[in-house]
Amino acid sequence: MSKKTLLNSKDIEIILHRLACQLIENHNDFSDTVLIGLQPRGTFLANRLAKLLTTSYGIKNLQLGLLDITFYRDDFRRKDTPLAAETTQMNFLIENKKVVIIDDVLFSGRSIRAALTAIQSYGRPENIELLVLIDRRFSRHLPIQPNYRGRQVDAINEEKVLVTWNETHKKDAVYIESL
Amino acid sequence: MSELSVEHLLGIKYLKPNDIDVIFKTADHFKEVINRPIKKVPSLRDITIANLFFENSTRTKLSFELAEKRLSADVINFSAAQSSVKKGETLIDTVNNILAMKVDIVVMRHSNVGAGVFLSKHVNAKIINAGDGTHEHPTQALLDSYSIREKLGSVKGKKIVIIGDILHSRVALSNIFALQLQGAEVKVCGPTTLIPKHISSLGVTVETNLKKALEWCDVANVLRVQNERMDVKYFPSTREYTQLFGINKEILDNLGKKIVIMHPGPINRGVEITSEVADSHDSIILNQVENGVAVRMAVIYLLAQQIKR
Repeated sequence: MSKKTLLNSKDIEIILHRLACQLIENHNDFSDTVLIGLQPRGTFLANRLAKLLTTSYGIKNLQLGLLDITFYRDDFRRKDTPLAAETTQMNFLIENKKVVIIDDVLFSGRSIRAALTAIQSYGRPENIELLVLIDRRFSRHLPIQPNYRGRQVDAINEEKVLVTWNETHKKDAVYIESL
Repeated sequence: MSELSVEHLLGIKYLKPNDIDVIFKTADHFKEVINRPIKKVPSLRDITIANLFFENSTRTKLSFELAEKRLSADVINFSAAQSSVKKGETLIDTVNNILAMKVDIVVMRHSNVGAGVFLSKHVNAKIINAGDGTHEHPTQALLDSYSIREKLGSVKGKKIVIIGDILHSRVALSNIFALQLQGAEVKVCGPTTLIPKHISSLGVTVETNLKKALEWCDVANVLRVQNERMDVKYFPSTREYTQLFGINKEILDNLGKKIVIMHPGPINRGVEITSEVADSHDSIILNQVENGVAVRMAVIYLLAQQIKR
């Protein structure tokens, strides 16, 4: 098994700033926009972006939700081990809001499909966008593409993209692992 | 571990402490789901559930049906009163006919003790016991413990008294098992005639003085007097029962401490509990009803995870 660094902490910091600026271009003061991080791993990216937007770019009253999609997944009962749910923290409705779904890696698109269904439980948004740190091209099972991407990667299916965060692994980095 | 150690939910006595943890953690998530504007998830859209109620029920049946529908399962309902059971059909024949309609999970209430266990040995479906005679009512006990945990933070170390008709109560037996499994201390209180002779073999103590029982406990779980199961007179009159074992505001005010009041319903208002107490801030009766849906969603979801296509 080999492990190659795709992004180091400096790269990730630059990318986060770029993504924050792109969001501001489209959403201005975020008064009609909500950010939704997908549990479990998308929440780290969502929290980082929310912090950056608030502290570095002066966005006030940013609404951030954390959404668990376990009950909406299409691989329920197809896994060897049962799916355990994570916490959902959505203290607002998304009726007529602009929603930005945030996840770390876009691979098959099935998680995003589940998230699109889950989001309907909180109202009818005006529109939904997708932001991912890593977009794995050529691996999609569904017609889903991100609106904002940190880095596009052409990895074969036997390779795994691993994102680590300071909060969990003491290091911001993205690796490609060959199995 | 995020899976149940059992294939069916036949009674609390078959569960391990970890099973209760798994059910409660899953119920926490479903409680959040049922407080959303749209209270439905698509997890069980390919699962069919039959609710077989051979005995009358209002809240348990509604609670199960709501839980199943909120998980997007297909639901069929059966009540014995309008069925071929009246024509002499056996339990196995009735259930096998229903299973021939490709049912995955059976929720059954039956007047005979052990009906769920019997069924689980003869039919190829997940069985959830929704009450078998005077034996067990596991989901009620789970939702009761869940409600105590929600109100007091934990069940472990708490003192809980179950008051009333212990003899005919499946709720009492399941609660005793569930509470002890989670480390609570349990006492029963009621007329001597309504307390089973060998109850102390389950590790519970008996108190026939209501005031002493209430002074001891953190939680009072008040049961309904089940007149329909009483073939003989167990106490002289309802009035006397109310005077000795009825909970009213005056008794609670004189305790000098707050206790949590529970009741599995339906309530005989003015008999085992007054309206003033049932509707007070100390009562978590309606929380029990709300939690019932979340806990039943969790049980169904966890058992459905074991069904492989």
